[in-house]
Amino acid sequence: MEHLSGGEIVIRALKDAGVKHVWGYPGGAALHIYDALYRQEDVEHLLVRHEQAAVHAADGFSRATGEVGTALVTSGPGATNAITGIATAYMDSIPLVVISGQVPKIKIGQDAFQETDMVGVSRPIVKHSFLVTQAEDIAETIAKAYYIASTGRPGPVVVDIPKDVTDPNYKVPYEWPANIKMRSYQPTNKGHRGQLKRAVKTLLAAKKPVIYSGGGVILDNASDQLIELAQRLNYPVTNTLMGLGAYPATDRQFIGMLGMHGTYEANTAMHESDVIFAVGARFDDRVTNDLDKFCPHATIIHIDVDPTSISKNINAHIPVVGTCTSVLDEMLSIADEMAIQPDADAIKDWWTKIDQWRADKGIYTANRYEPSAGDIIKPQDAIKALYKATDGNAYVTSDVGQHQMFAAQYYLFDKPRRWINSGGLGTMGFGLPAAMGVQLAFPDAQVACVTGEGSIQMCIQELSTCSQYNLPVKIINLNNSALGMVRQWQDMNYSSRYSQSLYEDSLPDFVALAEAYGHVGMKVTRYEDLEEKMRECFALKDRTVFMDICVDKSEHVYPMQIPGGAMGDLFLNKSEKT
Amino acid sequence: MKRIISILLENESGALSRVVGLFAQRGYNIDTLTVAPTDDDTLSRLTLTTQGDDQMAEQIVKQLHKLIDTIKVVDLTVGSHIERELMLVKIKASDAEVRAELKSCVEIFRGHVVDVTASTYTVQLTGDSDKLDAFIDAVREIGIMEVVRTGVSGIARGDKFLRV
Repeated sequence: MEHLSGGEIVIRALKDAGVKHVWGYPGGAALHIYDALYRQEDVEHLLVRHEQAAVHAADGFSRATGEVGTALVTSGPGATNAITGIATAYMDSIPLVVISGQVPKIKIGQDAFQETDMVGVSRPIVKHSFLVTQAEDIAETIAKAYYIASTGRPGPVVVDIPKDVTDPNYKVPYEWPANIKMRSYQPTNKGHRGQLKRAVKTLLAAKKPVIYSGGGVILDNASDQLIELAQRLNYPVTNTLMGLGAYPATDRQFIGMLGMHGTYEANTAMHESDVIFAVGARFDDRVTNDLDKFCPHATIIHIDVDPTSISKNINAHIPVVGTCTSVLDEMLSIADEMAIQPDADAIKDWWTKIDQWRADKGIYTANRYEPSAGDIIKPQDAIKALYKATDGNAYVTSDVGQHQMFAAQYYLFDKPRRWINSGGLGTMGFGLPAAMGVQLAFPDAQVACVTGEGSIQMCIQELSTCSQYNLPVKIINLNNSALGMVRQWQDMNYSSRYSQSLYEDSLPDFVALAEAYGHVGMKVTRYEDLEEKMRECFALKDRTVFMDICVDKSEHVYPMQIPGGAMGDLFLNKSEKT
Repeated sequence: MKRIISILLENESGALSRVVGLFAQRGYNIDTLTVAPTDDDTLSRLTLTTQGDDQMAEQIVKQLHKLIDTIKVVDLTVGSHIERELMLVKIKASDAEVRAELKSCVEIFRGHVVDVTASTYTVQLTGDSDKLDAFIDAVREIGIMEVVRTGVSGIARGDKFLRV
């Protein structure tokens, strides 16, 4: 049997776990591991400029590919810088393994240089964590970490390794465990058949059904099953922010995103529905609005792989624990056996209503905002121009704020894993590093990072990483010279007192900044140039392009749920409510 | 209502902190917590008590079960069960009259005096929490110096058991 040092085992175990790319940043406690990395060619390491970006990049890679993302950081500040990235992945159930160096075992607890209790600090935001105490345990621990991260409800796993455990002079036999069995961790995959029969019966008897699908469908690659079920039944489908792309947005049965900035037709249909089929969604507060007023007529069928998501916020009448894929497959076969048809007349009436809502107040049947003209560029039109220039085929990452909502509303995602954003934690600074992860996974794909001048500055140092690895991401900066979503709330709730949301005079020249990093910078100030410049930007296939688009400062995101109201209670624009 | 939750946990470093952290993180209270290794020293058995309605208890049990280190979780309160707690109480007992009164009180509660000085009695008592509360009420007037309670340990009655 081969004998390896702890540092070598870390890298070999990564290779054996199928890892090809690791994002990271070296430092004292991780140097034995970095030396082992240097002496091999199977695992490629990408050096970021801040550990937060390493985790976001691994996260973006994972969201686009479905594989587990991997990041490597050192102890202390390296580990704590990674925390925001880990929390982001945790909230959106993204499978990651984050390996952190730790001070030598003998120094743990001594307040040693660069010491942080990483297992303790990360505890509330990981699916699980390990502190490895001997070289002999590294391989099995890493195998377990990948197994835990990727099964059940996915999530980030931290592996903290003290420096002495990776000592190059101490070699132990290496063996990669063929399979992992844990008596304390056996996730449920298959739904309960009796419950599934009830679910199918209820679903088929519905007169005003809505299929409400979330990020779980994307994580479990259950999009095909969702489409088949929805189309067989001819039921309307709404996606959560995390679920966009699971059902094709350009299909007639898609009624748009639901929730705080969801469409009128999706939110109203939810409120009026008699059966809600929730699959891989978790009734987040950004969806439900006031829980007491939530969908008063609906029987709720809730499919989720995580039992704790069921009846946490909203009581489920028919709960089913299982993976989206296996449950939807099973439901399709039960529906075949039952040979019951949905009530076609009722569904037809339901569609008449929904189509009326769409026509009256939907954002896809007419422009519900003032048109762009001259030097007024509406942010919505910038997203539409992006959609056009990329034929709707780009991978779009985003940061957090108004631009994120405009992208979610106006970039129509027809495929899963194309829309990559921090939905749960709402992490500004996520977009650019996530786009790097996506571009690494798909070097020839069009990757756009839709951002704002606020968010982009939270991880702008990664423009340097883009140079080092030739990652030709396109940064679409909707620049309104303000923290737009904060400003919107201040307009709506604080009589336009813009407390700390303005910084116009101090913004950098983004074009010059991009050029300083060796990239292409473009600035768009006039609406008539928008489409042309957007085409130009994406024609530069091998270059990182920073496109600074000056958009209308006064624009708000609508629709917007009225706080304390039901799902369908919406502001439709600055002066109109439902 | 009071809930007694029993957990079988991997006896690994950090496992207990995950359980305790979960309660803090999700806004649940822990009233009592006992923990010790079992006959199989790779396993710890925890009993914790908390307050909550059925829905909250269900969510607590599910959340606990979701922790990777937990093997089994059960809400003992839903079935018949035995709960026991041990308490040590140090009480002021300088004059003979008080000492006599205390001794009879200890006997009524089936406790033991386990340490005596010229001015104190230390009493050991086991039973369910209500019984221990009742004893404290009974001797409160006499003058309690110190109370140490282990918290509840619980086990289901009958054939049901928690084992790997």
